[in-house]
Amino acid sequence: MAKSSVIGVAVDQIKTRQHPSASIVVVGNPNSGKSTLFNRLTGLRQKTGNYPGVTVERHVGVARAGDISLELVDLPGTFALSAHSLEERIAVDVILGRMPGMARPAGILVVLDATHLYQGLYLTQQLLELGLPVLIALTMTDAAEAEGIRIDLPALEQRLGGVTVCPVVATTGRGLDRLREALGRLAGAAAPDVPEFWPALSAAAGELARDLPDAVTRTEIERALVDGPGELETHVAGLLGADGHRRLDELRARVFRGRPSLAEEARHRYTWVREVMDEVVQRAPVLMSWSSRIIAWLNRPVPGTIGLFVVMAVVFQAVFAWATPMMDAIDAGARALGSLIGAALPEGMLASLLVDGIIAGVGSVVVFLPQILILFLFIIVLEDSGYLARAAYLMDRAMRSVGLSGQSIIPMISSFACAVPGIMATRVIPNRRDRIATILAAPFMTCSARLPVYALLIAAFVPQQTAGFFNLQGLVLFGLYMLGIAAGLLTALLLRRTALHGPKPTFALMLPEFRKPNLRTVLIQLWGRARVFLYRAGTVIFSVAVIIWALAYFPQSEEVAGELAAQRDRAAVTLSGEALDLAVQRLENEAAAAQLEQSALGRAGKFIEPLFRPLGWDWKISSAVIAGFPAREVVIAVLGTVYAVGDEADEATLSSRLRNAKWPDGRPVFTLPMVIGLLIFYAFCLQCVATLAVMRRETNSLRWPLFAWAYMTTLGYLGALAAYQLGS
Amino acid sequence: MTLASLERGIRYVIASVDCADPVVQRLMVLGLVEGAEVELASSAIGGDPLEFRMFGNAISLRREHARYFTVRPVDSIG
Repeated sequence: MAKSSVIGVAVDQIKTRQHPSASIVVVGNPNSGKSTLFNRLTGLRQKTGNYPGVTVERHVGVARAGDISLELVDLPGTFALSAHSLEERIAVDVILGRMPGMARPAGILVVLDATHLYQGLYLTQQLLELGLPVLIALTMTDAAEAEGIRIDLPALEQRLGGVTVCPVVATTGRGLDRLREALGRLAGAAAPDVPEFWPALSAAAGELARDLPDAVTRTEIERALVDGPGELETHVAGLLGADGHRRLDELRARVFRGRPSLAEEARHRYTWVREVMDEVVQRAPVLMSWSSRIIAWLNRPVPGTIGLFVVMAVVFQAVFAWATPMMDAIDAGARALGSLIGAALPEGMLASLLVDGIIAGVGSVVVFLPQILILFLFIIVLEDSGYLARAAYLMDRAMRSVGLSGQSIIPMISSFACAVPGIMATRVIPNRRDRIATILAAPFMTCSARLPVYALLIAAFVPQQTAGFFNLQGLVLFGLYMLGIAAGLLTALLLRRTALHGPKPTFALMLPEFRKPNLRTVLIQLWGRARVFLYRAGTVIFSVAVIIWALAYFPQSEEVAGELAAQRDRAAVTLSGEALDLAVQRLENEAAAAQLEQSALGRAGKFIEPLFRPLGWDWKISSAVIAGFPAREVVIAVLGTVYAVGDEADEATLSSRLRNAKWPDGRPVFTLPMVIGLLIFYAFCLQCVATLAVMRRETNSLRWPLFAWAYMTTLGYLGALAAYQLGS
Repeated sequence: MTLASLERGIRYVIASVDCADPVVQRLMVLGLVEGAEVELASSAIGGDPLEFRMFGNAISLRREHARYFTVRPVDSIG
């Protein structure tokens, strides 16, 4: 304790330019432009981590204000200090200085949306009462002007207890210089004069404050009174002594007179908010703009719902149509690199490792980067424009029929990109049962790692033909997406009827305005996604490719090599020229296949083959599927490696090699029922360690991820079994 | 009349709230309190949930909760 305070003084005296001198929290309603402003102020000087014990992301950055630098902490958006969801609770704990490992902030930067003052001022008033210096950034002032809203700034500053209000436009940077200047003076500034709004509550808190240590703030006492039973209340009651709870209850009875305390607080605060707005806001009537007419039309029930389906259809179409040229280019590049290295190096272990192991394995996964980026681009744009919230509203009724609410739609749509952010997005769902049901349904949505597997198998085995207006391949893909959605929803329904039985989920949602997404913010997020994907390709998939290659390469059989040499010599006696080349190539392929079969991978695959035999899988597919359990896209890399070892031509694509795969008796391995079974297996099976890990963290138990894994694997196996046995 | 039976194009003011349900209390924290002016903006297919405008904010809630809010037209006396 003493030591840290000494260091604190020392840092203060040095006034370094490099290290941030004070920590400022950035607080605001969701969708108030908070993150855009934070990005503007800190630029690339920011880092992302997690709050201790939870997966809520913690964004911290450094902002320069004149010659001092400040640490800015971007808190999750919240409407009030009475925490409702996990993210709000984090925000409140940091603001109140109750977050372990974080000091109480030196000041608050409130982000107030000029077009949404009503709810913004509610939170602002609560923040003004904290006894900390406050600065207000009034965002969206351009949008407010366009909507005919005029705000009397000096009057607003005066009503808010004398704090500085800086109008800014975060997207263009207007007003940022003045904001920076004010930020520089914030840390040492005086706390605002608290606007009085509820004398009875203030009096009660004042009474208690006399018997409490100075470290307990007025806000903490008031929250203990209003929010009732909880960690904070227990803390305050404990400090008051043996009759602490009784005293709190007595004061509550006096202040709230038996009415729900939260409702009473809302009534008092919004009365004050309306007074402020009447005084400082002038609304001029404006003509309805062209875009708001379209939006109004899209808000009508039927066009809105049709619009939602059209948007989703366009997204999935684009993922395929736009990505093809880029994917072909990457594929061609990988193969050219492979043959270049193959030609330059002498035949042997090193060449095999590089060409068959690394380039074939990693290349076959990286090829899907364009599709994944396009999918993420759409999801990010839909989210940032506010459209996903509207989807939640439109789909609420449908989701209710499976025991969920519209709020479960956003995590599910995000899961089409990746179940990990999808599961994280369930945090907005306040009820634990609804949340867990959504978490278990989310991994059934076709994620971007399933897409490569589907794309490979469909391109190889579904004929390129049209069925009516539709392309057959596209139709099969669409069917797989539907299969995932149906399985996810049925799972949720089943759980809500059994293990997660409980009251119907409620639904209340703020609908953000449609806004043009900020290009910079979209690109920053997209780059983050690309980095994660390439990082995985460079680490997990790279390692798996090398391990699988080694398992397929070792042990080298003396017998097979000897047999090959002997047969080659014999062929050279009877044949010559082109016929000899052909014969040698055939012999080499046979030898490579024999080598693969007796390798460690071949033996392991054969060992588990009986388990997958009823699904029509040979040992190669069985071992590829097993290798794919940590990350499902690995299966492509493994198939790429197993089928590269022992193939006739480097030119052949993986799909044509799969088409040529044969059982020892000459029947093709990949028959249509078997391929459909394999696709169903991938639609259901939970082959993703990252998803299991995030499930564990978000549900805070091992039970749910284990259940999900066993359940989904069983479902996948049974689905593949049914397809193969019924189809053959 | 309640929030569940608004006519489009007319402005209403919330007159009283039956706030025993915690969901209703949460809606009050979001601004649906006595004195707030609201307008019906839209509804989803089947007329549920409903979307309201309130001082420039859009909020959506289900019919079952909208019933707890008693309203009267802004221009009426009382």
